[in-house]
Amino acid sequence: MRPRGGGTRRRTRLTAVLGASLACASALTACAPASNANTVNLYYAPEENLQTVVDRCNAQSQGRYHIVYNKLPREADGQREQMVRRLAAQDPGMDVLGLDVTWTGEFAEANWIREWTGRNKEEAERGTLEGPLETARSGGKLYAAPKNTNVQLLWYRADLVDKPPATWDEMIAESQRLKREGKPYWISFSGAQFEGLFVHFNTLVESAGGRIVSADGKRAEIDAGAVRALEVLREFGRAGVTSPAMNNAKQDDVRMEFENGEAAFQLNWPFVYPSMQEDKPELAKKVEWARLPGVTPGVPSKSTIGGYNLAVSQYSTKPDLAFEAALCMRNPENQKFSAINDGVPPTIESVYQDPAMDAEYPMKETILEGLKDPGVRPVTPAAQNLSTVLTNLLAPVAAIDPPKTAEKMRTEVQNALDSKGVMP
Amino acid sequence: MVSTKDALPVAKAISEGKKAERRLGWLLCAPAALVMVAVTGWPILYAVWLSFQRFDLKYPDQREFVGLENYVTVLTNGYWWSAFWVTVLITVVSVAIEFVLGMGLALIMHRALVGRGLVRTVSLIPYGIVTVVAAFSWRYAWTPDTGYLANLFAPDSAPLTDRAGSLAIIILAEIWKTTPFMALLLMAGLALVPDDLLKAAAMDGAGPWQRFVKVMLPVMKPAILVALLFRTLDAFRVFDNIVVLTSGSQDTSSVSVLAYNNLIKGLNLGIGSTMSVLIFIAVALIAFLFVKLFGAAAPGGDDKGRP
Repeated sequence: MRPRGGGTRRRTRLTAVLGASLACASALTACAPASNANTVNLYYAPEENLQTVVDRCNAQSQGRYHIVYNKLPREADGQREQMVRRLAAQDPGMDVLGLDVTWTGEFAEANWIREWTGRNKEEAERGTLEGPLETARSGGKLYAAPKNTNVQLLWYRADLVDKPPATWDEMIAESQRLKREGKPYWISFSGAQFEGLFVHFNTLVESAGGRIVSADGKRAEIDAGAVRALEVLREFGRAGVTSPAMNNAKQDDVRMEFENGEAAFQLNWPFVYPSMQEDKPELAKKVEWARLPGVTPGVPSKSTIGGYNLAVSQYSTKPDLAFEAALCMRNPENQKFSAINDGVPPTIESVYQDPAMDAEYPMKETILEGLKDPGVRPVTPAAQNLSTVLTNLLAPVAAIDPPKTAEKMRTEVQNALDSKGVMP
Repeated sequence: MVSTKDALPVAKAISEGKKAERRLGWLLCAPAALVMVAVTGWPILYAVWLSFQRFDLKYPDQREFVGLENYVTVLTNGYWWSAFWVTVLITVVSVAIEFVLGMGLALIMHRALVGRGLVRTVSLIPYGIVTVVAAFSWRYAWTPDTGYLANLFAPDSAPLTDRAGSLAIIILAEIWKTTPFMALLLMAGLALVPDDLLKAAAMDGAGPWQRFVKVMLPVMKPAILVALLFRTLDAFRVFDNIVVLTSGSQDTSSVSVLAYNNLIKGLNLGIGSTMSVLIFIAVALIAFLFVKLFGAAAPGGDDKGRP
């Protein structure tokens, strides 16, 4: 697999060089090595093999556009900060932007990204799963093309647990049983005060059939379902089934904790799978996966989806090329490539049927199941503020006082939505 | 009377000469003054101007002038006061401990007979390490399983996940980082104490403690005040240690972290600028209190404050 990939890359690069020199020979004016009129600047998080995708698109475009991949910081906050600062200054140097699914509403409301219309829109929506599409819309309009999605799964030790627990209550009971029997029993969970905790909370709220924000995104709701989610979190925090570091753990800490072998369960994104294969192959053989546990018996969970969307900057001077380039980078073929090489789940349903996915993605059916019945974080310009105030009230989870915390949430969330008040 | 008449023309001549000199002085420092205004004055004024507006980058159309409303919002908010008292706590505790430790370290370094240069260099290492890097090593050290400090002092618990533990570790990290700086400033003060004075005191029968309190401390006063002033201002702006160690979880944000969150993360320029202006006022007040109440021992000040 690997050497062949390298060969392809070398060949495409050679083609690109040849193409460039041909262009130079035919139009002597367009030979400046610096950014040309057809340069499309992509700003995207570091993704190991994205450069190959970019090279493939550049070769395919036959010189119409030339994508340059500019890497953003690794952490989501850092990515958002860099883009936001430059967009606020109306920087024309950015064309295609890689947005975390929670940022679409904010960027659209601030008028930083262009609406997708006409044929571009059709192309972006064709065959794309409804959940990821919902994260790319704001006010009924499409503002981005979903590049990859993500859905959390329950990873469990099949040597300790017969069948995956269907609800949180079952999972906690199983863990306590293992604890009594002196076996590994932790439920590894990212409980630090950050976006990842909000993802868990949102999943629980949606699974309980509740709401945090009204459908139009203007009012704080925090209904009975949300209170139920708070109760589940508190129970979990107090059941003595987590590692002591749970309240400070982010997703990668959770992955490492599970790999160390003291945990029986892990709630995390699929990136843990290839990592486990590499770091702890012995353990990986014993690990199975399932959809996240639900809240109500008999009702499957609605896992909050993550992932990245591609948007076109309002200040781009060549939007047509930018839309075209964005569509190329997320077409079915390239999504398949990224899924296999970088582990990011595709947004186009047909890609999952491809047999090439089987080897690297044994859990693709489970992922697809979760994706077809997803939980979506509220799409609002204030998404960042919303998540900040909520996680501040959620952490540490053992200290939640359901009715009281819900009451506080109503005021704080309303303030965040109105961009009033102070963010913690 | 005669003397006054005689003195007048003389005084006038001096003032004319001085006038020309003063003009020249102003001309010579004008470029520097202009640069200062441009790089420090303008951002402060702009922040003040922003703080009078409702201005959220996410809602660019809703920008409007709101007068002092943002100040009311911030000053009646629980998060702000929590952050303010956290900042005060970190400042007071860390500066107090640093002063004691720094003084001890300064005395040792001052008296060191062998390898004085080496001792001084080695003790300065923590100050030379980038704060963020040091903060990361503190974080890992206090994380259960991977951290030696956590395993040693707090097995089966995670001190960085509760408020008291986090604050203690933040303060510890601050102290570790800046005690050498304090020691360096105090050592400069120790060099001011004449040996003759100490010998004379010893001859008069003063013990070591009496010599320290009655002779050394008064002579060192200007250096002590400078050290305390610098460190207090510095500690009040505490930011990087908190961001790395807890990112403000469990209500451990300082005012700087809060301002950063509202300004850069929340994109709320109005509220964020209001906080920056308030921090600026607080820092100015601290400097004013030190310089005016404790005596004019600021760098460049004259000797009026000396006993």
